Amino acid sequence: MIFSNDLALAVPELILAISALGLLVFGAFAPRAATALTFAAIGALALAAWAAAVGPIGRGFSGGMISDQASAFAKVAIYAASAIAIPLGQKWFERKAIRNFEFPILILLAALGMGMMVSAGDLISLYIGVELQSLALYVLAAMHREDAKASEAGLKYFVLGALSSGLLLYGASLIYGFAGSTKFDDIAVAAQTGASTGVLFGLVFLICGLAFKVSAAPFHMWTPDVYEGAPTPVVAFFAGAPKLAAMVLLARVLSEGFAGAADQWRQILVVIALLSIFVGAFAGLAQKNLKRLWAYSSIANVGYAVLGLASGNAEGVQAMLVFMVLYMIDVTGFFACLTALSRNGRPMETIDDMAGLFKERPGIALAMTAFSLSALGLPPFSGFWAKFYVFKAAINVSDPMIQIAAVLGLVGSVVAAFYYLRLIKVMWFDAAPGGTDPIPGEAKAVAIGAALFSFPVVLGALIFIDPLAKAAAAAFGLAS
Amino acid sequence: MIIGLTHYLAVAAILFTIGVFGIFVNRKNIIVILMSIELILLAVNINLVAFSVYLHNVVGQIFAMFVLTVAAAEAAVGLAILVTFFRNRGDIAVDDVSVMKG
Repeated sequence: MIFSNDLALAVPELILAISALGLLVFGAFAPRAATALTFAAIGALALAAWAAAVGPIGRGFSGGMISDQASAFAKVAIYAASAIAIPLGQKWFERKAIRNFEFPILILLAALGMGMMVSAGDLISLYIGVELQSLALYVLAAMHREDAKASEAGLKYFVLGALSSGLLLYGASLIYGFAGSTKFDDIAVAAQTGASTGVLFGLVFLICGLAFKVSAAPFHMWTPDVYEGAPTPVVAFFAGAPKLAAMVLLARVLSEGFAGAADQWRQILVVIALLSIFVGAFAGLAQKNLKRLWAYSSIANVGYAVLGLASGNAEGVQAMLVFMVLYMIDVTGFFACLTALSRNGRPMETIDDMAGLFKERPGIALAMTAFSLSALGLPPFSGFWAKFYVFKAAINVSDPMIQIAAVLGLVGSVVAAFYYLRLIKVMWFDAAPGGTDPIPGEAKAVAIGAALFSFPVVLGALIFIDPLAKAAAAAFGLAS
Repeated sequence: MIIGLTHYLAVAAILFTIGVFGIFVNRKNIIVILMSIELILLAVNINLVAFSVYLHNVVGQIFAMFVLTVAAAEAAVGLAILVTFFRNRGDIAVDDVSVMKG
C-alpha cells in the first residue's frame, strides 16, 4: 500500500480543502475582493468535479475512503449544485448589503463534507463527512445575522441536527461493538446472514440519524422552520445537494455494510418512505408560505427516493440516483425563482403574493409553472421521469410490501397535486397587484436554465444520466 | 462484583436517554440543550471506549478522539449561533424560539 495511491483517490477533497483554507486566509486579508473570491471558489469546485470525474477508482486509507462510479457520479452532481449556489447567494447577500466573504468558503466546506460522505467506506469517515457538511450548513442557515428568523432557523437546525448526529453516532458505536469493526466491508461479513440484535439496534439508530439529514418523516420537523427562516438562496442549496449526498451515503451503508440484512432494513425504509410521502402531501395542503410549502414538498419527494432505495436492488438504487439528480435541479430552480421575486423591496414568499405573476413576470411564472408541474409528476417534465424510474423499480420487485407501497405512493402524489395546481392557478388567473421589482440576472439565469432542463433538455439528458446512474448503482454491488 | 461490558453499556444508554430527554423536555434555557448534546456525545464515547477495550481493538478509541474533536467544533458553532440569536432577541429562553409556526 503506497500512500500516494491513497492521496490520488482523494484529489477532489484535497483541492476543496486546500482552496477553502487558502481562500479563508485570502479573504481575511482582502475582505473587499469578494468577486475574485467567488470566482476562485467556483473554479475550485469545477476543478474538483473534473478530478472526481476522471480520477482513479479504488479504495484507499485502509478502506476508509471509496472512490467508485457512484461516488464520482454523486460528486459531480454535488459540486455542480454547489457551484451554482455560490453566485446565487453571493449576489443576494450583496443586495442585502451583507458583506461577508465567508459565504463561498462555507459552501466549499459543505461540498467537501458531502464529497466525503459519498465516498465514505468506514463509520469514522462517514461521521466526519456528515459533521463537516452539517457544521457548514448550520452556519449558512444563520448567515443573515441581523435577521431574527434566520438566527432562529440556524438555532433550530443546529439543535436538531446535533441530536441527529448523536443518534447516528450512538448507532455507529453499537455497530462497531457488535460487528467488531467500523469498516463497511467487515460489517458486511459480520452481518452476512442477517444482523444480530445489537447490530440491528445500531442500524436503526444510524438510519434514523441519516433520515434526519434527508428530512424524511418522522424526522422532518426541522425542515419547514429552517426553510422558512434561512436565506432563500441558502435554501436553494439545502434542498438539493445535501440530500443527494445523504441518500447516496445511506445507499452505500445499507448495500455495502448490510447487504445480508436487506430484508430487515427494507421494512424500515418502506415505513419511512410512506410516512414522508403522506406527511409531505397532507401537511403541505395547509401551508400559505411557499418556502414552507416546498419544504413539505421536499419531504414528500425524499419519500419517493427512499422508496426507490427500499426496492433493495441495483435498479432501485439507480432509480434513487436519477430521482435525486432530477429533483435537485427542479428544487434549485424553484428557490432561484423565489430568490428573484420581490415586491416593493419585500420578498414575495406567500402563495397570495404570487397572484397574477404571469401578467407581471411571464418568464419567472412560466419557470415556476414548469417546476410545479414537474414536482407534481406530470409528463413530459423531469419530475415525471424521476417518479417513473422509482415506480418501475418498485413494481419490478416481486415483493407485495414494496408494490403496495408504490400504489400508496401514487395516491400521495395525487393528494400533493392540489397544492401545486393551486399555486399555478393563483399565478395565472388571479388579479395582479403590480409593483414587482426587476429580476436580478443571475437568479433569472438559474431559474430559466433549470426550467429548460425540466423540459425539454431532460429528454436528451436522460440518455446520458441513465447509463451513468446504472454504472453508479452497479458499484454498490447489490443484485440487479 | 466485576464491572463488565454490560455495566458500561447501561451507563452509556442511561446518559444517552438523559441527553435526549434534556433536549425535548427542557423548557428553560438553550444552554441546557447544548449541555444535553454534549451528554449524548459523551455517552457515545463511553460506548466506544468500552467496546474498544472489550474487543481488544484500538479503532474505538481513535473514533472517540474524533468524536471529542468534532464535539468541540460543534459546541463552538452552536454557541456562535446562540450569540447571534441573543443579539436579535435579547433572551435565550426556549419558549422564545417560536416566531415560525405552522
